[in-house]
Amino acid sequence: MKSCLVVDDSRVVRKVARRIVEDLGFTCEEAEDGQKAYEQCEQNMPEAILLDWNMPVMNGIDFLHKLREMENGAYPKVVFCTTENDMDHIQRAISGGANEYIMKPFDSEIIETKFKQIGLLES
Amino acid sequence: MRIEDFDVYKDLLMEKSGLVLTPDKSYLLDSRLTPVAKKWGFETLDKMSAALRGVADPGLIKDIVEAMTTNETSFFRDSRPFDIFRDSIIPSLLEIRATQKRFKIWCAAASSGQEPYSLAMVMKEHAGLTGWNFDITATDISTDILDIAKAGIYSQFEVQRGMPITMLMKYFEQKDEKWHIKDEIKNMVQYKYFNLLDSMASLGKFDIIFCRNVLIYFDKETKAKVLAKMKAQLAPDGYLFLGGAETVIGITNEFVPAQGLRGVYIPAEAAQSAAAPAATQTA
Repeated sequence: MKSCLVVDDSRVVRKVARRIVEDLGFTCEEAEDGQKAYEQCEQNMPEAILLDWNMPVMNGIDFLHKLREMENGAYPKVVFCTTENDMDHIQRAISGGANEYIMKPFDSEIIETKFKQIGLLES
Repeated sequence: MRIEDFDVYKDLLMEKSGLVLTPDKSYLLDSRLTPVAKKWGFETLDKMSAALRGVADPGLIKDIVEAMTTNETSFFRDSRPFDIFRDSIIPSLLEIRATQKRFKIWCAAASSGQEPYSLAMVMKEHAGLTGWNFDITATDISTDILDIAKAGIYSQFEVQRGMPITMLMKYFEQKDEKWHIKDEIKNMVQYKYFNLLDSMASLGKFDIIFCRNVLIYFDKETKAKVLAKMKAQLAPDGYLFLGGAETVIGITNEFVPAQGLRGVYIPAEAAQSAAAPAATQTA
């Protein structure tokens, strides 16, 4: 079973995202900020990461940069999932190594099609 | 319908499909959901509404959402037809139209423009088509929806459904909260009002016709007539795309399924001369 790490400082968003990715057949781990996510990736590198931008301690884009420098850090598919919805943020995310970008609010269909497009799910 | 019941559907549709059901559209609930209620054995809509307040069958919810969103469209809707277009149809056209370096596409139910613009983006991305000319004629029976298509302005929700972020970055500009499709894509599509029940001769000939999720609204006889007229406008070696729930089988002998290309149909005569391209692997 593929694993998905949901990184978001909102417990409610993590819960919603967990339900969606579990319905898509992933096991789900949660982290409440970029630093915690980084530590979890050191232990266990997931297949997919759903990543918020604005979080305390370490934000999403800083985590992404650190992740991609890790050994095996190129492996996970990273999908930003954030209220930041301007082209500048999108460009920074993609050039920082994100595979896809979702602007909140999202629903299960958006996550599913994005996961398909980047090969996390069979289309 | 009672106002409390309206809210049940409004919330359900928002949650399941992002469809915003405004009170002025409440008449749609009656006309579209009565068949669903019948199918699921509810005597009245009110009884179905009551059932929805409890633990509803996911199959029932799915039927309701589909009944209410048939006018919904999205960029790269269903994705597979666009993969087939890119991986099988364009390569075929590159071969059979190599002399003319030109082909024409008709989107017969353009709605708010997502389908023709998706095709335009696929062609723009296709390196092999550099130096080629193509026309995309996009028609619809609603002038209101054509105005939306021509404007090419979409909400955040609309641009996320089905469209890869790289396409959004390349072909859209953000103004305030809206996403505007760029002129380089917009100018590839010509919009026209057209009723599929009218004579098609004035539209000219096409190499590819996209007629997805329209025939489902017609009875069998009308489907057969529309398909026969479309065949007269389609090149003998052309392709017809229908929606996932549609087929020609049992309706007309004018078209047959293209081998290995789901949802694609070719003129029956072309099948006999075995001119169909081999299916290629799609992602």
